[in-house]
Amino acid sequence: MADKELKTEGMGYLESLPRRVVTLYLPLGVFVFVLLFPFYWMATTSIKSNEELLSHEGNPFWVSSVTFEHFRHLIFETQYPEWMWNTVVVSVVATLTSLAASVFAAYAIERLRFHGSKQVGLAIFLAYLVPPSILFIPLAAIVFKLGIYDTRWALILTYPTFLIPFCTWLLMGYFRSIPFELEECALIDGATRWQILVKIVLPLAVPGLISAGIFAFTLSWNEFIYALTFISSSEVKTVPVGVVTELVEGDVYHWGALMAGALLGSLPVAIMYSFFVEYYVSGMTGAVKE
Amino acid sequence: MKRLLNNRHFLGLLFMLPAGVLLLVFLTYPLGLGTWLGFTDAKIGREGHWIGLENFQFLVGDAVARLSLFNTVFYTAVASVIKFALGLWLALLLNRHIPFKSFFRAVVLLPFIVPTALSALAFWWLYDAQFSVISWVLTKMGLIHRYIDFLGDPWNARFSVIAANIWRGVPFVAICLLAGLQTISPSLYEAAALDGATPWQRFRFVTLPLLTPIIAVVMTFSVLFTFTDFQLIYVITRGGPLNATHLMATLSFQRAISGGSLGEGAALATLMVPFLLAAILFSYFGLQRRKWQQGGRD
Repeated sequence: MADKELKTEGMGYLESLPRRVVTLYLPLGVFVFVLLFPFYWMATTSIKSNEELLSHEGNPFWVSSVTFEHFRHLIFETQYPEWMWNTVVVSVVATLTSLAASVFAAYAIERLRFHGSKQVGLAIFLAYLVPPSILFIPLAAIVFKLGIYDTRWALILTYPTFLIPFCTWLLMGYFRSIPFELEECALIDGATRWQILVKIVLPLAVPGLISAGIFAFTLSWNEFIYALTFISSSEVKTVPVGVVTELVEGDVYHWGALMAGALLGSLPVAIMYSFFVEYYVSGMTGAVKE
Repeated sequence: MKRLLNNRHFLGLLFMLPAGVLLLVFLTYPLGLGTWLGFTDAKIGREGHWIGLENFQFLVGDAVARLSLFNTVFYTAVASVIKFALGLWLALLLNRHIPFKSFFRAVVLLPFIVPTALSALAFWWLYDAQFSVISWVLTKMGLIHRYIDFLGDPWNARFSVIAANIWRGVPFVAICLLAGLQTISPSLYEAAALDGATPWQRFRFVTLPLLTPIIAVVMTFSVLFTFTDFQLIYVITRGGPLNATHLMATLSFQRAISGGSLGEGAALATLMVPFLLAAILFSYFGLQRRKWQQGGRD
């Protein structure tokens, strides 16, 4: 990595400092400011008192009196903790199921090369391009027929429709980078396909598994349209849907509570992301590049 | 049994089973069912009967549905072009030699990873007619005298949601293009510079051709996400004012789930498919074609 960074410096030393400030630091600063401002706004709004939020006096960028009233309201007077728990359960279960199914599928397509594996690989890619917004209506009908409407199962079973194509596609790329010779050696030594998968391929594909897992987890955490359509009871809702549908009531918007809810709901993915930035980026760019 | 398990064709099918079953039941079947529902008068809680093209005929004559088509195309076109321009610019900036590079890269991607429905709430608050901080700053600077009605006026609302979409999409474009930029060898730039190429020429004749394949893929995805966008609109405007920001996805939700006419909503969703395919083919082949013009394969 360090080597790479040195190389990309290229001819940068030819530039003068004022020129660098105008062409590089200034636009970069503006970008970072605009991209982060909504988060700053979320955070400051969530710790302002209602009086301060609804007054035109003073500077809105500062908080004159910090209050945690909105967070208290959210945690003790709404079903927010339940939404959080639902989101965690649904995301974790959907991610793990999809990851397991994808490992097998990707290994079969990429390494077993069964009859028609090429076509199946292409079908997986096409499945990846099917957007949830054209699937949710028929899926709602199916979910209703299966009798899982308004339960967590509705989400756990439908999230794999976008997680499996993504994870399989990503893992196919990773499996492709593992040399064939390793598997051939193991086959000669009498290992079964199962042993090869568990003892050789999977340990080597751990970075890929982490990338796919992290990305799949954030995708399920952020999912909105299925959770909005298939769930109607407040106690089964996920955080994004709960905050949007239950905290917005009437004409008076409780901006403090709304922003506190948005902030708390964003934190888990943001924290997870901060620990696994490299894996996340390689997952995102890997899926696009292949 | 043991021999069977070492037969790669049999084992391949066995390994495909879990993913295959889930995708067939919850992806392929609904795709077909959705198309079929579009030709029926199904309502929530009631089986539909075949009514032929009635839904489609109704939608073609429906001014709101036509408006939603216009909005979707406008939203996708404007947002995608700006996302591409800003994303490429940001990628070029991040590709320069800067201190705390990986920190900047991590921070820039934040809008993309937090739940869109929640960041959309922040935009809703930023666009508030009475308390918008954007209006506050502009008023203090003396640029405007009345607070801007961001979401009350049709065109203001359209541009406001487009701005929110751009905010969310630029990081994705930038980080993907940055990954592409990092694969371009700096020696190419040095060679071009020695031959007397100006910075613009280095960008136009070295960076851009080498980046086209990845631009094609990234923009295809970007167009796809934008065309089928739902969350931002649902949270910020719910399609208002006067249906001015209704996209096809939000309108089909309103008709099918809130209004209960599954058939009509499904027909509207089905109508998205040809436009979606056209958009994908356009952005993919339109950009991909350059690849062979530049002497690459295919």
